Amino acid sequence: MNNIPEQLIWMIPGLPLAAFVALFILVRSLKIRSNLNGYLAIAATAASFALSLWVAAGLFNAPAEHGITGFEWLNLGGILVIELGLTINPLTGIMLVVVTLVSLLVQIYSLGYMHGSKSLNRYFAFISLFTFAMLGLVMADNLLIMFMCWELVGLCSYLLIGFWYHRPAAAQAARKAFFITRIGDFGFLAAILLLFTSAGTLNVNDIHAAAIAGAVSSTVITWAALGIFMGAMGKSAQFPLHTWLPDAMEGPTPVSALIHAATMVASGVFLVGRMYPLFELSPTALSTVATIGAVTALFAGTIALVMHDIKKVLAYSTISQLGYMMLGLGLGDVAIALFHLFTHAFFKALLFMGAGSVNHSTGTFDMRKMGGLARLMPWTCATFVIGSLSLSGIWPLAGFFSKEEILNSALSNQPVLFAMALLTAFMTAFYMFRVVFLTFGGEYQSRLKPHESGKVMIIPMLVLAVLAVSAGWLNLTGRLTTILGHGHEQSWIYGFLGIFTHPLAWISLAVAGSGIFLAWAMYQKRWLSARKVAWTFRSAYTVFFHKYWIDELYEKYIGARLFNNGLFNLFNRFDAVVIDGTVNDVAGLNLKSSKAIRTLQNGRLTQYGLVFLFGIAAIALLVIFTG
Amino acid sequence: MGILSLTIFLPALGALAIGAIPGLSARFSRLIALAAATVSLCLSFYMFAVYDSAAGGFQFEDSFQWIPSINAGYHVGIDGLSLLLVLLTSLLGFISVLVSYKTELRPRAFFAWLLLLETSILGVFSSLDLLLFFVFWEIEVIPMYFLISNWGSGRKEYSAFKYVLYTLFGSAFMLAGIMGLYFTAGTFNLPELYQTELSLVAGSLPMAAMFFLLIIGFAVKLPVFPLHTWLPDAHTDAPTAASIMLAGSLIKMGGYGIFRICLGLFPGEAQHFAPLFMGLAMVSIVYGGAITLRQTDIKRLIAYSSVSHMGFVLLGLFSLHYIGLTGACLQLVSHGLITGLLFAGAGILMHNTHERHIKKLGGLARQMPVLAGVFTIASIGAMGVPGTSGFIAEVSVFLGAFSASSIAGSAVFTIISLTGILLAAAYMLTTLLKVFFGPAKPSFDSVADLTRLEKFYCGLLIAGIFLIGLYPAIATDVLEPAIAPLASLWGG
Repeated sequence: MNNIPEQLIWMIPGLPLAAFVALFILVRSLKIRSNLNGYLAIAATAASFALSLWVAAGLFNAPAEHGITGFEWLNLGGILVIELGLTINPLTGIMLVVVTLVSLLVQIYSLGYMHGSKSLNRYFAFISLFTFAMLGLVMADNLLIMFMCWELVGLCSYLLIGFWYHRPAAAQAARKAFFITRIGDFGFLAAILLLFTSAGTLNVNDIHAAAIAGAVSSTVITWAALGIFMGAMGKSAQFPLHTWLPDAMEGPTPVSALIHAATMVASGVFLVGRMYPLFELSPTALSTVATIGAVTALFAGTIALVMHDIKKVLAYSTISQLGYMMLGLGLGDVAIALFHLFTHAFFKALLFMGAGSVNHSTGTFDMRKMGGLARLMPWTCATFVIGSLSLSGIWPLAGFFSKEEILNSALSNQPVLFAMALLTAFMTAFYMFRVVFLTFGGEYQSRLKPHESGKVMIIPMLVLAVLAVSAGWLNLTGRLTTILGHGHEQSWIYGFLGIFTHPLAWISLAVAGSGIFLAWAMYQKRWLSARKVAWTFRSAYTVFFHKYWIDELYEKYIGARLFNNGLFNLFNRFDAVVIDGTVNDVAGLNLKSSKAIRTLQNGRLTQYGLVFLFGIAAIALLVIFTG
Repeated sequence: MGILSLTIFLPALGALAIGAIPGLSARFSRLIALAAATVSLCLSFYMFAVYDSAAGGFQFEDSFQWIPSINAGYHVGIDGLSLLLVLLTSLLGFISVLVSYKTELRPRAFFAWLLLLETSILGVFSSLDLLLFFVFWEIEVIPMYFLISNWGSGRKEYSAFKYVLYTLFGSAFMLAGIMGLYFTAGTFNLPELYQTELSLVAGSLPMAAMFFLLIIGFAVKLPVFPLHTWLPDAHTDAPTAASIMLAGSLIKMGGYGIFRICLGLFPGEAQHFAPLFMGLAMVSIVYGGAITLRQTDIKRLIAYSSVSHMGFVLLGLFSLHYIGLTGACLQLVSHGLITGLLFAGAGILMHNTHERHIKKLGGLARQMPVLAGVFTIASIGAMGVPGTSGFIAEVSVFLGAFSASSIAGSAVFTIISLTGILLAAAYMLTTLLKVFFGPAKPSFDSVADLTRLEKFYCGLLIAGIFLIGLYPAIATDVLEPAIAPLASLWGG
């Protein structure tokens, strides 16, 4: 691993943490007013990125797993021993690069996007804390520490979605995000309890070893894997725990790019990948993952078709692509899921930044108020188109290669899921180019004079555009998937061109191409009226447009009617009427009887006398009944 | 008189001075109260610093004969759990004095009662003689009654009276239990009782009867469903300082009593009845949390959340497992800090806005940013977010309770109790949303944020929450010698 000193590896999560401490605690308490906060956070992340790249390069050449022992954090009687240690393996390496790079670019972009915003100190502090927690989650070698980072990541997401807390929608979205992901965390925590009780440890490698050695029963493994997957479903917004992610778009757009597109939402995929040995031992768990993934991919894709808000389209697209990754995991292959996670992080962050750039100059996310921005914002347009092509899976961009791997695996394992994935690919190409043509094509719709965003925003987008094109090439030789544990090495020319010897490549290109063509025909050339199409398929359109009424189901029916106003209200009234009522009745009775006794005893009875009376009565009763 | 006795009685001496010196001005009574509470806090810190956790056992003991004819003595001493609770109580006592520093209504009497309250709670946590324990337990009722009924709000007389009657109801059973123990073993002395194999002595009462008599008294105080309805009334109507002492420190006497007496002296009964109490814990957690969600008065909401959070204590205690017991003890301390902070924040909020109804508040993060930050921290603690003491306490309770394989149904009770963290997230996030977020209301534009004094005491509690959350060994190291011998009674 290039013999990187361990101290430097500790600095990968350590530097963003230090930036958080410096920004949040020191600067706030000393009341230093300066604009340097952003640069401090960026410097810390940049150094962290450089170290991550170093680590990852070492792993790329010589894949291996390294454990770095830390110190004992908690020791409860030698039964529960939690050591803070780090694990470095290819899976970690790829995540380190994704997290630090996207975080770095997002923070640079934020300098432009958030310029003039209040409380930038708080903003950069939370982003730094998020980066730390995300890196901790990736590197931790202990399930409890992973869970802690997992929750901390969720807390940062909450704080950043609600960054503009005075907006009711943002504040509501923040609460919803925390709560829905916590439903998933319930499963994760239950799995931790189960694994600790069965395996006697929370160290990830020890758990895997115990499971593989057969020391843990297969029922336990299945339940634990399902619990972990429930946690992953919450964070990765998988159906039916997906409803928080579209609402989370109320947060600042750079936050959406970082947390709700590239990193945190992918951490569910990472978690399943990290705990993969358990999943491999449970066919039930694997098929659940695959099914939920494919269903989510298709389901979210249909909603993305009809959204008017550019960020909502991207949000549903993210849910859909995360479903793709889960499908990859469920098909029995960590490597292809992680490969798609890797490429997706770049092009989806790019697309969000593009949406942010458009919003920055037009002041809206509503595509009905846009159009014709191609001439006014050429850089934004060009990079957005690159991102869309990559997401649609057009050769030779990054998305093509990673999607291809998943489709290929599905084709040979699960034909039904393959069909769902292929349909999703068609919809993906269609809705992305619907966005492209509505936003950048046609005539500008509003009176405001839009302008191209500044360099500080464009440069990160250019970097991501380069990666959206080229990130897939890392695996031309099959090296990336090989070091992730599944793949075969080949020549790069074969990887680049030879892929077309397989008909699947042609099929998927044709599917994506026809999606793009349809969008072009409907929204650029307007050969087909979008209104008429919507009218023809109005029942489906209504269902998609109302997001299958799942929010209403959760909030109005389950949340409000069943629980809050139903069961909980019942409890509340039971408490007041039955329990407290009984108490008051008994007390009233006692007061009356004490008055009676008091007159008998000429008012000489003190409170303690009464107490003794009760005590003796209680003794008498207990002797009678138990003796 | 040793350092421990001094710590216990200094507040009472302060109360005596405030009461006895004729014509004492409000200013001096405040100063005396502050001095007594501060010195008591410093002594607690000193004991924490010098407590020898390697040696373990009861330390700083003081013992002399009190009523020789019945072999009752004044005997105090603290182990790791008592130590942490003494530290917590003296910290909250100190903060309570600061919270009510500006009290205008008869400050002399107020501070005298507040200090007496502190002494009685400290006495409960330190007594090694059951009669002394009972005396301190009963003394506490008197100052709390006057604090609620005179300085409270709302239906204060009703709540105060209900509190007194309910406590006396519980302690009647408890006294019967203590008497039963005395007539069985012939002593009130706890260390001696630990040495006695009670089940082998032909007792005055069946063991199970004594166990239940005692635990009813403790269950009222903790509180445990269905004996909890005094708590919301008392907490809601008490003045801020009394709410802090009540929720932060006083109800911990229930958990402490179960740990020290019910589990320590009746291991067989505890094991036999563990499923019952784990079930009650589960009901307290879920039912208490569900009712919390329905509350609209901010103090009543925090009060009901205590019912849910104290359920975790009971769940951990009856796991009869080292990890669960540690979690329960941590939860006692953690909840003291977090709820202390919540009540302190609610007190400032109500004082500055003159409003306590959640739906009428809103958008205050703009006008009171520091309070919003403080409340957010307290809330994430109450939700058990990692990094706060709430997380480590709750996760230990869950791990311990789930692992308690010898107790029938422990896994089911634990998994259902796990929904408590969802309920906690729901009610805390909703409170934050309704009180602090959303558009600022012009009617609160002139509302002041925290003063320096308020920042100081909130900061103390926040420091405690994060200290235990980030470095739990600071608490678990002193707890270990207190818990290990107990856990070994059930072989874990």
